[in-house]
Amino acid sequence: MYDLVIIGAGVTGCCIAREISRYKINACVIEKGDDVASGTSKANTGVIHTGLEADPGSLMAKLCVRGNELMYEWAKELDFPAEKNGKLIVCTHEDDLPLLDKQLENAIANGVPDCEILDREEVLRREPNLTERTVAALWAPTGGIVCPFNVAVAAGENACVNGVEFRFETEADSIEKTEYGYLIHTNKGDIETKAIANAAGLYADKFHNMVSENKIHITARKGEYIFFDKSIGTVFNTTVVPLPGKMGKGIAASYTINGNFFIGPTATDVEDKEELNTTEPILEKLKAMALSNQHLTKNPLPLNKVITSFAGARAHEDHHEFIVEELSDAPYFFDAAGIESPGLTSSPAIGEMLSGIIADKMKLQKKENFIAKRKGFVKFDALSDEEKEKLIKENPLYGNIVCRCEMVTEAQIVDAINRPIKATSLDAVKRRVRAGMGRCQGGFCTPKTMEIISRELGIDMTEVTKKGGKSKLLTGRVKE
Amino acid sequence: MDNYKIVVIGGGPAGLAAALSAKRAGVDEILIVERDCRLGGILNQCIHNGFGLHTFKEELTGPEYAQRFINQVKEEKIEYWLNTMTIDISEDKVVTTINSREGLRHIKAEAIVLAMGCRERPRGALNIPGYRPAGIYNAGTAQRLVNIEGYMPGREVVILGSGDIGLIMARRMTLEGAKVKVVAEIMPHSGGLKRNIVQCLDDYGIPLKLSHTVVDIKGRERVEAVTIAEVDEKLKPIPGTEETYTCDTLLLSVGLIPENELSEKIQVKLDEKTNGPEVNESFETSKEGVFACGNVLHVHDLVDFVSQEAETAGSCAAEYVKQKADKKEKEEMIILTAGEGITYTVPKYIRIERMKDTLKVRFRVRQIYKEGTIGVYADGEKIASRKKRIFAPGEMEEVILKKKDLVKGNGVSQIKIQMEGE
Repeated sequence: MYDLVIIGAGVTGCCIAREISRYKINACVIEKGDDVASGTSKANTGVIHTGLEADPGSLMAKLCVRGNELMYEWAKELDFPAEKNGKLIVCTHEDDLPLLDKQLENAIANGVPDCEILDREEVLRREPNLTERTVAALWAPTGGIVCPFNVAVAAGENACVNGVEFRFETEADSIEKTEYGYLIHTNKGDIETKAIANAAGLYADKFHNMVSENKIHITARKGEYIFFDKSIGTVFNTTVVPLPGKMGKGIAASYTINGNFFIGPTATDVEDKEELNTTEPILEKLKAMALSNQHLTKNPLPLNKVITSFAGARAHEDHHEFIVEELSDAPYFFDAAGIESPGLTSSPAIGEMLSGIIADKMKLQKKENFIAKRKGFVKFDALSDEEKEKLIKENPLYGNIVCRCEMVTEAQIVDAINRPIKATSLDAVKRRVRAGMGRCQGGFCTPKTMEIISRELGIDMTEVTKKGGKSKLLTGRVKE
Repeated sequence: MDNYKIVVIGGGPAGLAAALSAKRAGVDEILIVERDCRLGGILNQCIHNGFGLHTFKEELTGPEYAQRFINQVKEEKIEYWLNTMTIDISEDKVVTTINSREGLRHIKAEAIVLAMGCRERPRGALNIPGYRPAGIYNAGTAQRLVNIEGYMPGREVVILGSGDIGLIMARRMTLEGAKVKVVAEIMPHSGGLKRNIVQCLDDYGIPLKLSHTVVDIKGRERVEAVTIAEVDEKLKPIPGTEETYTCDTLLLSVGLIPENELSEKIQVKLDEKTNGPEVNESFETSKEGVFACGNVLHVHDLVDFVSQEAETAGSCAAEYVKQKADKKEKEEMIILTAGEGITYTVPKYIRIERMKDTLKVRFRVRQIYKEGTIGVYADGEKIASRKKRIFAPGEMEEVILKKKDLVKGNGVSQIKIQMEGE
């Protein structure tokens, strides 16, 4: 029997796992996907929000501001890249200026430091490629960017080395209250536990409602994106978003921390929570935005440099508020529900807060031997010639470039597969070390990466999947 | 730092032919850098026949064609490094390579031949809506899996795009027991060679649907179905024309992109139409002493033409190395322009003093022309024309310019190639 089962290995579940692993506890994370960050977390702008958009006094405001601080600290502690490049909220209508003032008031009320409203001239001086329609903008210097996969992987790996178990492709079906806690029925058998942390993203309402009379409802709010090749050069120096509307933070036009410019996400509520397909009308809308000078950019973006498009879904709770608490009518059942944007930014703070609540309730003792640090992934491409030479001498696999677009070496892929949380599929490798993430989208490296996965895991090539489950990449050998 | 007279980047058909002709033109210190574990490039996975009809007057498979060049490279004792990726070129022609045995190496070259080939345009670049399951492959990736690795990427296949690799793979997958349900092509004409449509589709009863594209991909883990629809003249899908095919695989053969990331590091000027470097009559790019040939320059349909072009590029690189001292500061250039109905020309510039007695200019037409005539004009005066029953964008065309036509009077400043009616 576990002391605690965390349902969901998204960025929220991984951060809870990392923080609870500071205590003496027998904990486990169960995840229906084959990897961390394989649900809502994987389609994300990667923006480190400041907390200024949230309603003053809300838990969302508090956790986002705290999460913003923690994210930069964790980036150092857990060795993942994060860049504080600031954020501009751009107003393109005179009529909306009061809304911008309202955002500044929010920022002050929420304790977001150093925000200021910049006039048109100053904004365009800083961002000459902004649309001519720019009226003014709110500058928030604590904004930044981070890779969402990296946050989840880093927190998950750190939890893992501190004793938290991860069980993938393990899907919770139903939950029963028992005299000593809970019994979770999964596709891999029953799991007994004293407590549950519900970090199930889009399905957090399902599990919550199994044990509580106070029902919650989560809608899948789909967002589609288009991504450009790194070669389009500098459009903006900072993260640029429009003034938020009622469907969320609006469609950003920004860079990821890996240098890809993107436009997205859109917002469409969908019935089926797995309906993560891109759709023709939305892609057309994004392409039109890319070509227009009416959205955020001044000049048309080169559509022939688009390398991919994808969709994700936010877990929108009806009240648009985070629920981070023990349920009043279900003791030892802890929610981290309704974690939509700014969920990524808030995740370290959610982890901190919920594990605090859990530790208090369960009277947990802190570990003396908690390992706070983690060594991140080698970013070979970013190293100096001397550093590259040194690595190749130590491990010749650093001399084999597998993914030419992102300059990913065989050693990096082998490392990703053999970490505390193993990357076992093509997408899992891609999320960690970016093999297949570049302009050819895996056309060149897919066969080679499959071979390395097969070799390292000791499985047949025909067993290698794109993303676990039935997503096998090959249907057999020839002449069979 | 190593020193070589000529460094050839890429050991595929273009690189091999360029290195050979440079060697035969009398340059000894030549190095070919190849990232794969063997020479021959993409030909190694092209196990079908039809190669070499022009060069060797016989039908060879891809590996056989490559082997003829590889044998010559070995006979000529041209040095080559395998499993070695070129990761940088500097302004002063220092080439940086990486491999597992020696780590990084820096090579100072007097001339460089770019022969890196091309890559396939991926699904993402087309913004095809739908899910992102396993089972979506570029045709060339599938070809590698089947022919080199010995695996089947799928059993029931829809192919988007009628580029040559897609056509070849339609046949290949069929021969391996897969069912190829349809090939959809967004354009009103195929991008592939006529002979491939006949030999790879018609002979196996595989339907080719022109003016059709994929509008949806279904399947959350593995491809389950693909929906295609007819497109209008603006290439937009026409509602109501959708047809759904159950399948487990979607192969894409939707265009090849010359792989010029290295060329861009030294600001080689690229042509917007070909996505390859702009070159002169010697296949020299906008950077002095940097030459380009093969699919990195413009995408070819026939390897024979790649070999021919590369041979010229190699001998010009050799000439450049030998005569570097007396290179003229500024030379007059004739500009070639693609007129009505023509997409591009290679080369784009001619330095008349460097031109041999004749020069082959290659180009593509924009659309299908029946009973058309190609006209070649030098400063407005017609100097050549070529009639053909059918011109198609999928087949590269050529005209031969004669030097004597270009030196009349004060010399010609512009040559225009265009498509004309009767």
